[in-house]
Amino acid sequence: MTKLQQWLLGVSLVVAVWAVVTFDLLDLRLSRTYREVAWPMPLYLLVSFGCYSLATVGYRLATFNDCEEAALELQQQIQEAREDLRKRGLNM
Amino acid sequence: MHVAMASRKSPQTNRDSGDKYSVLLPTYNERENLPLIVWLLVKYFGESGYDYEIIVIDDGSPDGTLEVAEQLQKIYGKDRILLRPRAKKLGLGTAYIHGVKHATGNFIFIMDADLSHHPKFIPEFIQKQREANYDLVSSTRYAGNGGVYGWDLRRKLISRGANFLTQVLLRPNASDLTGSFRLYKKKVLENLVERCVSKGYVFQMEMIVRARQLNYTVGEVPISFVDRVYGESKLGGNEILSFVKGLLTLFATT
Repeated sequence: MTKLQQWLLGVSLVVAVWAVVTFDLLDLRLSRTYREVAWPMPLYLLVSFGCYSLATVGYRLATFNDCEEAALELQQQIQEAREDLRKRGLNM
Repeated sequence: MHVAMASRKSPQTNRDSGDKYSVLLPTYNERENLPLIVWLLVKYFGESGYDYEIIVIDDGSPDGTLEVAEQLQKIYGKDRILLRPRAKKLGLGTAYIHGVKHATGNFIFIMDADLSHHPKFIPEFIQKQREANYDLVSSTRYAGNGGVYGWDLRRKLISRGANFLTQVLLRPNASDLTGSFRLYKKKVLENLVERCVSKGYVFQMEMIVRARQLNYTVGEVPISFVDRVYGESKLGGNEILSFVKGLLTLFATT
């Protein structure tokens, strides 16, 4: 099963459960509370996911490590390498 | 990163372990960087004692990269520096296939020749691989103390955003899918490259996704990625678009 198929399956299941509860498709005669809560769920889940995404990407952006020392170290090693290679006869 | 001294074996022990590491270096116009990356590879492999060879796969660079490679061969020896050039710029996947054909190692390193991937991480990759006999070990810029130098906020945002999208859609169980600094068991690389059809960034992603499909084990090593090229070549709308297209293709087909 591809990831797309997994997603479609998952979404179908959630939509099916939501529809059954909200529109009383199986004649379950659930109390009003269930239906009132279920009805806005899809929108609520989407908005929650949107907020989660923004927060996560924002957090990861803010904590993205900056490797200053690595850049400095590389610069030094480049000098060292050029010297050594020149000694060994490299024409650059 | 510090490795506990107790777990570091002597160079002699490392040499005797029987493992050999072939480093594949696809190059295109890397006349300036090739000697430097080779020097660093020789330094870190030499210090750690692991057996290695460096395979330079030049795609007909007009700037004379191959000439420099030949000079390096004279300096370091034909058993350490192998040249497998190609006539013109072909894909990365085919470069790996081409390189692996002539590799005498049982492990393959793939990395960029532009010094964004630092050979100092090579011993860490090797130790990580040995920890659990991983089929492949991938670099990560996002986890642990991995990181980047030389990116502005925009670039970092695109990077994190793209990675988040990839995680949501593909759930790959790997923190950095577009990284191309990796260590593979030779058979694993051969197997995976055969099955991969994408290009560019997406190719690297596909390798990991297919590895997961085939139940290969994947380890990670945080690295510092020093981008000296970003200033010259900004990440444009075209590249982003083709990345998204590639991602959606992987999403729909794997």
